[in-house]
Amino acid sequence: MNHQLLVAILILSPLIGFLLNGVRFKHTNYIAAGAIATTAVFLSFVCSVLLFMDLVNAPENQRTIAVGFYEWFSVDKFTINVGFVVDQISSIMILIITGVGSLIHLFSIGYMHHDKGVTKYFAYLNLFVFNMLLLVLGDSLLTMFVGWEGVGLCSYLLIGFWFNDAAKAAAGMKAFITNRVGDAAFIIGMFILFATFGTLNIHELNALAPTTMEASWLGAVTLGTLMLFIGATGKSAQIPLYVWLPDAMAGPTPVSALIHAATMVTAGVYMIVRLNPLFVVAPNTMMVIAVIGAATAVMAATIGLTQYDIKKVLAYSTVSQLGYMFLAVGVGAFGAGMFHLMTHAFFKALMFLGSGSVIHGMHEEQDIRKMGGLKKYMPITHITFLLGWLAIIGMPPFSGFFSKDEILWQAYSSPRGHVLLWVAGAIGAGLTAFYMTRLMALTFWGTSRVDKHVHPHESGSLMTIPLIVLAILSVIGGWVGIPHVISESFGHIPNYWEHWLSPLMTKLPELAENAHGGHSAAEEWALMGISVSIASISALTAFVMYLKKGDAPKKFVEAIGPVYKAVYNKYFVDEFYFASIINPLVTGSRNLWYYVDVNVIDKATYKATDLVRGGGSFVRSLQNGNMQQYALYIIAGVAITLSLVLMR
Amino acid sequence: MPDISILTTITPNHYLVLSACLFMIGVAGVLLRRNLIVLFMSIELMLNAVNLSFVTFSHSFGKVDGQVMVFFVMTIAAAEAAVGLALAVSIFKRFKEVNIRFFEHLKG
Amino acid sequence: MLLSLLIFLPIVLALAVTAWPQKSTLRYLALAGSILEFVVSLFVLIQFDQGSPALQLVEKRVWVERFGISYFLGIDGISLMLVMLTTFLTPIIILASWKSIDERVKGFHASLFVLQTAMLGSFLAMDAILFYTFWELSLIPMYFMVGIWGGARRIYATIKFFIYTMAGSVLMLLAIIFMMRLTPEVTGGSISSSILDFYKLQIPFIAGDFFTPQTLLFFAFALAFAIKVPMFPLHTWLPDAHVEAPTPGSVILAGVMLKMGPYGFIRWVIPLFPEASEHFSWLFIGAGVVGIIYGALVAMIQPDVKKLIAYSSVSHMGYIVIGLFTMNSYGLNGGLYQMLNHGISTGALFLLIGMIYERTHSREISKYGGLAGAMPFFTIAFVIVTMSSIAVPMTNGFIGEFLILLGSYQYSPWVAALSVTGVILGAAYMLWMVKRVFFGPKGELVLAAEKDPHHHLYDLSPREVLVLVPLILLIFWMGLFPNQFMNYSKTSVDYLIKNKNQYMLLGAGER
Repeated sequence: MNHQLLVAILILSPLIGFLLNGVRFKHTNYIAAGAIATTAVFLSFVCSVLLFMDLVNAPENQRTIAVGFYEWFSVDKFTINVGFVVDQISSIMILIITGVGSLIHLFSIGYMHHDKGVTKYFAYLNLFVFNMLLLVLGDSLLTMFVGWEGVGLCSYLLIGFWFNDAAKAAAGMKAFITNRVGDAAFIIGMFILFATFGTLNIHELNALAPTTMEASWLGAVTLGTLMLFIGATGKSAQIPLYVWLPDAMAGPTPVSALIHAATMVTAGVYMIVRLNPLFVVAPNTMMVIAVIGAATAVMAATIGLTQYDIKKVLAYSTVSQLGYMFLAVGVGAFGAGMFHLMTHAFFKALMFLGSGSVIHGMHEEQDIRKMGGLKKYMPITHITFLLGWLAIIGMPPFSGFFSKDEILWQAYSSPRGHVLLWVAGAIGAGLTAFYMTRLMALTFWGTSRVDKHVHPHESGSLMTIPLIVLAILSVIGGWVGIPHVISESFGHIPNYWEHWLSPLMTKLPELAENAHGGHSAAEEWALMGISVSIASISALTAFVMYLKKGDAPKKFVEAIGPVYKAVYNKYFVDEFYFASIINPLVTGSRNLWYYVDVNVIDKATYKATDLVRGGGSFVRSLQNGNMQQYALYIIAGVAITLSLVLMR
Repeated sequence: MPDISILTTITPNHYLVLSACLFMIGVAGVLLRRNLIVLFMSIELMLNAVNLSFVTFSHSFGKVDGQVMVFFVMTIAAAEAAVGLALAVSIFKRFKEVNIRFFEHLKG
Repeated sequence: MLLSLLIFLPIVLALAVTAWPQKSTLRYLALAGSILEFVVSLFVLIQFDQGSPALQLVEKRVWVERFGISYFLGIDGISLMLVMLTTFLTPIIILASWKSIDERVKGFHASLFVLQTAMLGSFLAMDAILFYTFWELSLIPMYFMVGIWGGARRIYATIKFFIYTMAGSVLMLLAIIFMMRLTPEVTGGSISSSILDFYKLQIPFIAGDFFTPQTLLFFAFALAFAIKVPMFPLHTWLPDAHVEAPTPGSVILAGVMLKMGPYGFIRWVIPLFPEASEHFSWLFIGAGVVGIIYGALVAMIQPDVKKLIAYSSVSHMGYIVIGLFTMNSYGLNGGLYQMLNHGISTGALFLLIGMIYERTHSREISKYGGLAGAMPFFTIAFVIVTMSSIAVPMTNGFIGEFLILLGSYQYSPWVAALSVTGVILGAAYMLWMVKRVFFGPKGELVLAAEKDPHHHLYDLSPREVLVLVPLILLIFWMGLFPNQFMNYSKTSVDYLIKNKNQYMLLGAGER
């Protein structure tokens, strides 16, 4: 089939779905709306699969499908085409977006069926998929930026979906504006790269990327990539711009699964992987990325320990897992970053949908202190959630194990890695295991603390089928990228993942010098063992603390009182931003207006008019109707003229 | 014995100085006095001061033009006085007032 | 003849409207006339040759022979887009004023048409005196429009508006006369006020000495245009004029009248005084940057929706000025494009605010809230226009803003870094306003309207949909296919940049 047509259908199908639902947004028939939207995304998924198969069948060095549609705009040397590229990286992304997207759409039909705005909801969701596809497939940074801003817009609309609640509307606004901060940096990054390389086409940029490393902090590539990374911190919720993501949980839960876990928030990672030849030559940028990633992974995990809202726990977990991905790309393990992106999309989407199922079954209750023992009411949700839990805490052979282990190993062994980065990653893994087990224990296990008026029930099959599919993916999703040390002991299972991506991944130049980094298989086994045992011990501790010894958490909290308070309040970062940036900005603006506009500029114009008026009133006073005075002027004039003439 | 010819000999300059003095008295009257009648008198004074100058020049240049001019001036002065006094009288009849400060109705 | 027809058809319409006996059909006449005018401008568009930077459809007749003043019209890519914007917005404005203007209807439409003539005239006049005549003529109908149909403080606002703009244009007149006295050098003895002769003048520029002809003339012209833009710190007339003006007045003021300032920069200041423009570009770019940030910050805290949009205009016009004074292809093309964008999106915002004002008679942001539930279609339209205003990609605003920022990056990365904050602040003030007006719990006005059966908060009427749909379509059309619009102006703009030091705008006959 014609590739151009396929890509066009792939991208336009959700847009058409959006338009179909958008024009009839007042309807409340959830089946019609859901059917339109789900079909649209599923059609895209079919196209993605077809494109992917074409890529697989193509020879290894021709696995790129580039299609152009028209010239968007061109001024002077700056020309941007509406063009899309399906290659090894973007093909995986479109599979995730449309595949997981279809499942989430399906789930939404069940989840949103009672909502009056269901048609509008599906319209937004389709619009989001459309923009996400633009982001992923765009062949230049600018077309990517179109999707980049577009998904931000959809995120804004969906977070504030229940806009009658001021707090939810505010959360949407916060997400958009925080993203805008990153986007502004992204724009500057594009300018730097354009000024340096004369193009924004991703393929050309990658080809033009210099081969020598740029040691200085102020080099064009370093600055440009740093700016792009700031953009990524906005979109992918990293320090310091992560604050919007926990608030974004105000949106409907499937939205959190699709946008704020599986797809949009990974855009930053994707962008870096996309441009990996550029990032490789800027080791300073890479270092910043790795450090920020590791710091975010640990910090968000600590906050996750203390939250009681089921979605907030998952939100902080997402921030933390995104930190892992940035840690991976920061140490040059781009493939590992993409790998974790995919497995995370599976298990985090699963867990968000699972939490949605719980919230739905609990009649909009989100506080895990009011749950417990849900295992017996919601068996399917429980089992699938359990599999997701095993995946996220990195238990072999679940998917999360392979991707997380790859990241940790790279953080340790890569020439751009560091032992401390590995330590941070391992601590993060331990914390993850702890808070996830805590979540499991408080929600599904133990005794029920459910309110008497609430009768938990299992969700319908529209909601459980996506859960089951995602659970299967969470289990087996990691098997495409089994590390060499393990596969060798199990009879040479090839590492499909690495093989697939390798043509587009730049090898670190340091690696070429000393072939394997001088790390042995024994080291890898040891590290693997350490991280798995940290996770197991920590999960077990949580299990014991929250299930066996009911008052242990309380005692522990009392013991570390102030620290707990700080963590519980998210380190007061929001308060800090308000006190140091937003409030001064607002009061400052008020003063600016009052002092500059009202008091300086207007007063100055008033003074000018006073001057004119004063001059006028002086002249007016001369013409007062007193004839004798006029005569005096005449005589004075004659006298002055005469004296001037005579005295010359 | 001092030379008193400067006092006894009357030159045109004397007339001109006298004319200037009369004129200035007239001007001062016009500018400062408020009484309508006095204003007219002051104007007459100025006109006659000018007449005096005319006559003086006519005499010293030996030409008749200045004297002709005087007649014109006198005619106009008479006409002006006639009209002016008539107005003054009718104003006085109506307002019982000759102070010009009183007549400021046109002032903006 | 086509350009004369374009300029004077509105005057004829103004007379027709005044003489029309039937009050009930007056608006239809005005609407039909303005659409006819738009059709005429479409003919101009069709006849226009995109590939040529020369002046096209030239008309030249002697006006005042003794002073070399001619009736000289011509159009190039720079004028064309603004002409189209003017003729496109007028029918929309007439349609929007259908209900809101209900007294002195004749006078209103007559003023509107005279205003249209004046604006078209200033975009098409290629003779300094003719240009000045139209420039000044545009003040008078605007003065009446704000002064008669305006709000409570309308007299204050009109006088402020009038005095500000007059103060600037007086200096411009002086400069024009001064330049006319120099023209015998290039015309071979006779005085002339044709812009082509002005271009040939090449007044020498001496850097470092302020009191030299080019510098002084440059500032005399630039001041007039800077006030019209308006540039910080000459902007304070704008919020007052906008707040007091009736909706149609605001739309035409923001949509077209403000564009006369930047147009003046492109047509007169930059080609006439290229060295001075380059030498003092930092001043204007600096003012533009301050305007962007200042306008955005001040907009953020305004309690009145209309004032907020007015200050956002200050911010957006800052972008345009930056674009023009970067004097590279990106900046100028982007600036010109942004002029159209601002006309459309800010015009649409004023229209929308006018619609809501008709229903509630209030513009206090704090009294609103939860409007989205009561008026969903209205909300959708408002959010779309907001997205265009804050330059979300795929809307028109993005193209202009991006090109301007790209141009400013070529000028100096610092300018780009500072003005990009406008992107953030723009989103902040607009979305905050949208949130307070449309989202959240129902506000005072919405609750009051729900209780009052006569004061229903009805959603968009068909007429209002008709007003908004062309604008919204254009927002996306210009955002998705910018080349179709930019191709008209690009040749002229690029020609200007390449030849700005010896700019010769060839007339059709002089090629």
